[in-house]
Amino acid sequence: MKKLLLGNEAIAQGLYEAGCRLVSSYPGTPSTEITEFAVKHDEMWCEWAPNEKVALETSIGASIAGGRAFSAQKHVGLNVAADPMFTVSYTGVNGGLVICVADDPGMFSSQNEQDSRHYAKAAKILMLEPADSTDCKEFTKLAFELSEKFDTPVILRETTRIAHSSSIVECGEREEVPVKDYEKDFQKYAMLPACAIKRHVVVEDRQKAEAEWANTAPVNRIEYNDKKIGVIAAGISYQYAKEALGDKASYLKLGCVYPLPDKLIKEFAENVDKLYIVEELDPFIEEHVRAMGIDCIGKEAFTMLGEYTQALISKVILGEEKEHLTVDMDIPPRPPALCAGCPHRGLFSAIKPLNLYISGDIGCYTLGALAPLNQIDTTICMGASVSALHGHNKIRPDEAKKSVAVIGDSTFIHSGITGMINAAYNQSNSKIIVLDNSITGMTGHQQNPTTGKRINGDPTAAVDLEALAHACGFERVLVVDPYDIAGTRKAIKDELEVDAPSLIISRRPCILLKEVKKNPPYHVESDKCIGCKACVRIGCPAISFRDGKSYIDFTQCTGCGMCQPLCKFDAIQEGK
Amino acid sequence: MTKSILIVGVGGQGTLLASRLLGRALLAKGYDVKISEVHGMSQRGGSVVTYVRYGDKVASPIIEKGEADIILSFEQLEAARWLPYLKKDGTIVCNTQKMDPMPVITGAAKYPEKVLDRVEAAGAKVQRVDALRLALEAGSPKAVNVALIGVLAKNTDIDREIWEETIKTTVPPKFVELNEKAFALGYETK
Repeated sequence: MKKLLLGNEAIAQGLYEAGCRLVSSYPGTPSTEITEFAVKHDEMWCEWAPNEKVALETSIGASIAGGRAFSAQKHVGLNVAADPMFTVSYTGVNGGLVICVADDPGMFSSQNEQDSRHYAKAAKILMLEPADSTDCKEFTKLAFELSEKFDTPVILRETTRIAHSSSIVECGEREEVPVKDYEKDFQKYAMLPACAIKRHVVVEDRQKAEAEWANTAPVNRIEYNDKKIGVIAAGISYQYAKEALGDKASYLKLGCVYPLPDKLIKEFAENVDKLYIVEELDPFIEEHVRAMGIDCIGKEAFTMLGEYTQALISKVILGEEKEHLTVDMDIPPRPPALCAGCPHRGLFSAIKPLNLYISGDIGCYTLGALAPLNQIDTTICMGASVSALHGHNKIRPDEAKKSVAVIGDSTFIHSGITGMINAAYNQSNSKIIVLDNSITGMTGHQQNPTTGKRINGDPTAAVDLEALAHACGFERVLVVDPYDIAGTRKAIKDELEVDAPSLIISRRPCILLKEVKKNPPYHVESDKCIGCKACVRIGCPAISFRDGKSYIDFTQCTGCGMCQPLCKFDAIQEGK
Repeated sequence: MTKSILIVGVGGQGTLLASRLLGRALLAKGYDVKISEVHGMSQRGGSVVTYVRYGDKVASPIIEKGEADIILSFEQLEAARWLPYLKKDGTIVCNTQKMDPMPVITGAAKYPEKVLDRVEAAGAKVQRVDALRLALEAGSPKAVNVALIGVLAKNTDIDREIWEETIKTTVPPKFVELNEKAFALGYETK
């Protein structure tokens, strides 16, 4: 049956058809939907793990046990999972093991623009790269076959434009792949040095065999048209090139980006006049082609930055540019903002007058860095708020009472806990604020170990944050309601004075959760409003200022009521 | 010949459902379709764009400046922001709703005056729609997206029956009636 599927949905369909048995992932844009679609198939055990390392190790265990297994993550998530990945390259697999990584050129929802293809080369793992949703499904199935054929994990690399683009896919049935026998073989699976030395030999031989396969694999294909221009491309860049150049160029479309097919590249280069390498981010293919002694045009004509487009390729290769309309107008930017009714707004509004150093983290609350809240000093990676605050406080102990870490519930579970242990163990009076909104928010509402629900909504054990803090050596634990801005401010102000580490839990579920009741929208009684802007300063997208008065947009207001106590003139009223 | 429709708006307005309905209707009509969406951080109240391309065989899922046959805009300022993506003889179907972006709320910037008049003067055909009124008439301000799809539907070669079937099979059962109503109000708007 033909369906219009997101790239991520197509990967999930591929997992289903390939007889995959276990999917363990941590959410991260643009990879999240793979696991969310996979869970719709009861044949696979699907789960959100606490972080990517745990997820991949779970998949490795499942693979060694003989079942086909899969983990997905965004590019920076693979950094977290890199430790097990480098060594599972040595052990190889039993049941097929596929690792999906989703890069984010253009950084739509990421803190850096790393090119994960380098991981394939560094960890010596075969990497496939799909160019549309059909490829996503087919390459997922192929990845399992190759994993078992070459006894290796296989990386499936996608980018945002593949993950979040839809195209038409022919969906098929599931092939039931039986669980393979497990035979104890510590020489293969226990990587103590003596075993690992022998396995490294196996890895190098395997890479040679894979490179040979790549030369004749149907996923790498030459399309000859006009031979004056030749383009080597993979993934979405291939689609942009096809769109821009059509029959005016010949193409070597690479489905396997590591190892690269030398014979095929050589043959293609010999048959075209001018060879272009079209690839987003780093010159990964280009450097390989140049090292083969083949002349080509790559990054000197294109860019390392952001996404490519058909217009860029058309401009660089054909020198053509499209005309377009323009309007002479100062168009204000529209950056993302915390939602109307977001509890994080309450917390940031509470601490804003305290003028704190705020060690930030990865999640919706990162948006607290933007005007008018301006509340984040640093954002590095998942969990860094807690550990970096400890370092900050060691260098500036006098300012420990004027500094906090802010971290969401899911991020805290991901990698904030170890930082908390360090703060207690190595004695910095760190004040950690967990913004517990009962969900993983930014990636679009995934359950996590604090919510008491599994990925499919089934009830399960929930981490008790208060008890956890005590167990880690934090004796002081405080719970505040961020909708009570004044009360939260007072509680945090008092807690900052205490000479001990504290965990402060700012607890209120995400307003977008279905089960959270929305109240009727508030409104401003304009005869009472004096235009002091006290309500406007909390940066709620539902509150505007027009003709000298505040105004609440009823289509956006969720009736959270946070703004009401800010008005000293009783101008903000419930209901309509 | 590939056709391109750009759907733009503010994160949270339901542009994703709109593009999904359009995509499925195009598939039902027999076209090759590609759609590119934005998820994640940019979705939170920011300017959002979805690209929809269809024809016999589509390569790239994205739309470039000067390529869109139609821009469906959920908000006035966003119509102006994305105007450069319109083809010279293209049409903008625009919801007349205005939503202040954060720099306007904080006073760092001003919401421009007479936005759609100026977009028109720049050379675009503009079809103005009070989609919020239509949505409220249908029963919920959330139905703005489907009301706009109703207006857009009139600008495509897809039969009304296909649209109605697509709505039935795409939206959750309890919202079908609301959305059918919103679609009909949009479709019958002139």
